[in-house]
Amino acid sequence: MAPKKRIKLLPKIQEGINEESFQQNSFIKRKRLSLLDKTKSDITKDENLNESTDEVQQTDYIEYKDEFDTSDEEVNIVFLLNIQNDIRNTVGNIPMNWYDDYPHIGYDWEGKQILKPHSEDQLDYFLKRMEDPNFWKTVKDKQTGKYVVLSDEDVEIIHRLESSKIPDITFNEYAPWIDWFTNEVMKMPLRKFPEHKRSFLPSRIEAKKVCKMVHALKMGYLKTKKQKAEERLKKREKKFYLLWKTDDTAEEMRRIHDHIPAPKRHLPGHAESYNPPTEYLFNKKELREWEKQAETPWKRKLHFIPQKYSSLLEVPIYTDFLKERFTRCLDLYLCPRARKMRLTIEPEDLLPKLPSPRDLQPFPSVMSVVYKGHTDMIRCMSIDPIGQYLISGSDDMSVKVWEISTGRCMRTIHVGGIVRSIDWCPNKALSLVTVAADRKLLLINPGVGDTLIVKKTDSILRDASEEAFAVSEKVKAVIQWENSSDEKWEDGIRIIINHFKEIKEVTWHGRGDYFATVMTEGGNRSVVIHQVSTRRSQIPFAKPKGLVQCILFHPVRPFLFVATQKNVRIYDLVKQELFKKLLTFAQWISSMAIHPGYYLIHSGDNLIVGTYDRKILWFDLDLSTKPYKTLRLHRNAVRAVAFHKRYPLFASCSDDRSVIISHGMVYNDLLQNPLIVPLKLHRDHEQYNDFAVLNVVFHPTQPWVFSCGADATIRLYS
Amino acid sequence: MVKRHKKYVAGEGARYITRKSALKKLQLNLQDFRDLCIIKGIYPREPKHRRRAQQGKTGIQTLYLKKDIQFLLHEPIIWKLREKKVHLKRIKKAKSVKDYSMAKRYANTIPIINVDHIIKERYPTFVDALRDLDDCLTICFTFASLPRKKIIPSYLIALCRRLTVEFMHAVIAARALRAVFISIKGIYYQVELRGQIITWLVSHNFCFEPQSTAEVDFRTMTTFTEFYTTLLGFVNFRLYHLLNLHYPPQLQGYTSDQLEYELIDDRVSLSDRVAALNISLKVGGTPSEEISEEAELDDFQVDSELADKTRQKYEEIKNLKKLFEGLKVFLNREVPREPLVFILRCFGAEVSWDNTTFPGSTLFTENDESISHQIVDRPHLEKQYISRYYVQPQWVFDSVNARRLLPVEKYFIGVILPPHLSPFSVEYKTHKYIPPEERALKDESFTLKEDLPLNDDFYNIEENIDETEDMIDIDSDENDNEQLENKKLKNMIVKAGQRYIVNKNKERKDLKQMHQLKEKMTVTRSKINFITKNLKKIIKFPEYRFTYYMFINKFKYLYRNMYSGFKTFRLLIFLIKKKNTRLYNYLKKKKKKIIIVKDI
Repeated sequence: MAPKKRIKLLPKIQEGINEESFQQNSFIKRKRLSLLDKTKSDITKDENLNESTDEVQQTDYIEYKDEFDTSDEEVNIVFLLNIQNDIRNTVGNIPMNWYDDYPHIGYDWEGKQILKPHSEDQLDYFLKRMEDPNFWKTVKDKQTGKYVVLSDEDVEIIHRLESSKIPDITFNEYAPWIDWFTNEVMKMPLRKFPEHKRSFLPSRIEAKKVCKMVHALKMGYLKTKKQKAEERLKKREKKFYLLWKTDDTAEEMRRIHDHIPAPKRHLPGHAESYNPPTEYLFNKKELREWEKQAETPWKRKLHFIPQKYSSLLEVPIYTDFLKERFTRCLDLYLCPRARKMRLTIEPEDLLPKLPSPRDLQPFPSVMSVVYKGHTDMIRCMSIDPIGQYLISGSDDMSVKVWEISTGRCMRTIHVGGIVRSIDWCPNKALSLVTVAADRKLLLINPGVGDTLIVKKTDSILRDASEEAFAVSEKVKAVIQWENSSDEKWEDGIRIIINHFKEIKEVTWHGRGDYFATVMTEGGNRSVVIHQVSTRRSQIPFAKPKGLVQCILFHPVRPFLFVATQKNVRIYDLVKQELFKKLLTFAQWISSMAIHPGYYLIHSGDNLIVGTYDRKILWFDLDLSTKPYKTLRLHRNAVRAVAFHKRYPLFASCSDDRSVIISHGMVYNDLLQNPLIVPLKLHRDHEQYNDFAVLNVVFHPTQPWVFSCGADATIRLYS
Repeated sequence: MVKRHKKYVAGEGARYITRKSALKKLQLNLQDFRDLCIIKGIYPREPKHRRRAQQGKTGIQTLYLKKDIQFLLHEPIIWKLREKKVHLKRIKKAKSVKDYSMAKRYANTIPIINVDHIIKERYPTFVDALRDLDDCLTICFTFASLPRKKIIPSYLIALCRRLTVEFMHAVIAARALRAVFISIKGIYYQVELRGQIITWLVSHNFCFEPQSTAEVDFRTMTTFTEFYTTLLGFVNFRLYHLLNLHYPPQLQGYTSDQLEYELIDDRVSLSDRVAALNISLKVGGTPSEEISEEAELDDFQVDSELADKTRQKYEEIKNLKKLFEGLKVFLNREVPREPLVFILRCFGAEVSWDNTTFPGSTLFTENDESISHQIVDRPHLEKQYISRYYVQPQWVFDSVNARRLLPVEKYFIGVILPPHLSPFSVEYKTHKYIPPEERALKDESFTLKEDLPLNDDFYNIEENIDETEDMIDIDSDENDNEQLENKKLKNMIVKAGQRYIVNKNKERKDLKQMHQLKEKMTVTRSKINFITKNLKKIIKFPEYRFTYYMFINKFKYLYRNMYSGFKTFRLLIFLIKKKNTRLYNYLKKKKKKIIIVKDI
């Protein structure tokens, strides 16, 4: 079998020679082999002929089955031809599927078509597999479409290739090395000419270059890699120097416009401590609440859960530390900034700065006397100019005169009507009181005090009664003067003035000669001015201006204050024209009082008005026609207001049972506004049918105040 | 014809610019713009009328002042940023074609942004710089404590470590520390430099926890840190200059070369930091600054309260500076050394530690008899010296905050520590709950209840109490009595079949007790009105109430609002007080029980 092998190997070796002719080592080896093979080729040919005829399928040769070559001999001939010239497919190394659509598979050596072999079906294939013992080493040649049975050598080669060995068994991997080109220097060189002299001498140009480089390195023009790296590092290293020469002088340069410095972080409280007081720790309820707010963390009172550790060693890392630092960074460059004014005041700072009530004494602070005697509500009262007696009018149709200091009722006069208003004549030379009882106005001499004055008053009134003046018809229709009968004279009633409507209010002029009455329902004749000395009455207004509520004389100047439902009008009585109109913005005026002025300065410059809608309005007449101050001290309708004649006090009373005494200072300096301080609240009167305190009056000289109310008592506060 | 009125050419509409148009104007991308804003300290502004500022657009836009953006337009570092961008592109390209040598060359020549002039521009004076040092220090200390990470340039960490140590040295030299506070987040330090109060936070050791990039963007933080390190360096220089010290200081084992570019192991570097802290700096030249610092406050004969107060404060701080002077403190190895060395040295103590565990303990060893205090943070210690106090670290912190050496008894080894209070809470003046411990610190007449240990089951018990008391609301003092009473009654009930020995004495005693209890129960319910002093006065003098009537209406509303706010504050304070007493009572009861059990 040995010669067969050699023949089979031959073409391969020849190929190798062609490819690797430059590899001399292998070339020689193979050459040797091929020479050996060639010599024996003739012998093997003969042997092959004999053997192959019998064992076609078992031959080691490559067999090409052709359907057209039927005889065995021809096969052999073809085979023999094959050795010299390859009759295999000439199409070359192309993808064979190009011929899928053709009947042939390529062209043979002579240009004839190689027809596709009969395609096997599955059954043939199966039978072949079952029957053919060489099936496992049968391979289809794609080029010719024929089956080739591999020889044992081929199989062996494949095995060797699979196990990554050299396919040739005979090849000796460890053959002794033939050193064709040795490192030994030969005495006689293979080259014809000797080496040039240049190759022995060092290069001068290079030396020059090196010299230059050395010089550059020395001089510092050139730097080594290491130096460069160091320099780079040094460059990157930050250098610090004295940037600010002084602490607080700034260099002039362009800076950010309107800089708003970032607010500092809040400093931690006790709760953040590693060992806080126990009350800061969350109990279960608080913890639950904290956890509930996981989605709305900004609502939490604390952004962390307080923890308590018994020693510093136990404190773990704070997991959100870096996150917090990062959010702070974000806040610094991403958060919009704005200046916001923030109040850093206590609520008490908002309170107006007022002097302490203690500094404003004296003012009536305690209730000292209660005057009892009336059986029904007391609507009005008045004090004589000296300040010794008090007269009060009540719904029990009587008028009582009291001695202030003792509280004794001096006299009771039945007037036969509900007393709505009462006023003592301010003239100290007269002992006279006007009492408005329903439609009658009574001039009463109470008969208390100085007997001389009492007698003198009586005589004046008696004298005057004899004179009778002619009165116009217009006035007569409204008012009739009438002397009282003897019976009534005994009671003290001196003159009766009959009005055509119910009298609401009566008020005296400061001199004590004139007095005015108000009939609310009187229309244009609601205000009537009477003169005692001449027993004359006049109706000042031609047109009705609304429901007149109350009326006042200016203490010094000839002015008349008329309060209608909503406004106060001031009339100049001399010029007979409207002087001013004060706008109250109130719903319904109940009463008013005028500032008497101290030492005849600013008298009548300030006016207070009480209204049924709970307000007290302070008017500064020089300042404006609108209220300077609105006080809402009462919880219910204000019934009456009053000024003290000497002290800077004013009082107000209301249906909420209260009497409030306030400090109302008017300054000499015109620039300084009046100072108003509520001082004291008294709530002693009792309430009857929504009425409580109905009138309030100051004592002319003492810091005392009287109040009368629906509980039929008069109370003195001192 | 009348000229047409154009909108938004003047006023608020023309004053602001949106971020998008700012980017367009500056020709920068968002990232560069952000960096520029961080470095230049430009921030968005909140306009007074957003609608007008946004030129009628709804929604919320980020608005910058137009003037700020114009100011940025002339900034030289804009060009540096652009150059850098180009450079990075080049590197990227070189890398993509695998020309690594080229990439390296570009990487070496990347332009460096110098921000020195910006420091001067943003902080015109040194005092301005100090005023803004809070964030700077916190960030620098944070970076100094970070481990080496790819995301953070290591030279920055090294620089932060160096600068922070230098700053701490300056603080030690100036004795400027005023307050310290251990919180769960870290340790707060407060110093006073040139009249400026600076507070910063240093985390407890090893604060680094891996964070997701969505939560923490280290790139932004790095930009901030780069700016802040420059600021801190200049501040350090000026501080050293003021203190007559040489800058940069020669710190042992902490030279800049060694640390700057080859970061050693974190633990080693930490111990080196501490070692460096423990060595005082050499003073160069004549100590002229110190003389001026020590100058006495002249006593002018002005008897005003203010002068007295300032004088008192001055004295207090003068004493505080010498708080630990003359103490020799030895730190046990479990104690965090960096904060303690810093604090103790700030007030003049000598500090040392075991030289076998950590370097830098050159002063004395543990067996030195002259050691006055040893700081220990463990429950017990085998070998103890009689000549020294063994205290827990909190003593140091509390003493600094109290500004005097506190008695050591409460801080002995293994003792339950008193609560650690924040020294900063003073700044909230009114309407704040003041724990009794703080009150005791302030006025000495106030006596404190004893400290009681906190049990683990305190939360559970607390819960039960809460449930029963919720219904009774705030004033339930008598309820406690009731409960007690019920308990007593239960004890006295005789169960059937139980032997009952009639003890007349005992019976009488019981009766008496019961009677007493009953008497207690009859106490009328106290009404709690949350009244300030002023309100009380008002109730006393009803006329004073009139002042409320004298309000202007606007103020009246404000007053009412504020007052209701304070009322809720007061309620909260009351509740927390109540919690305190309840806890105390509970713990006391518990303690009694324990004692009884022990007795048996």
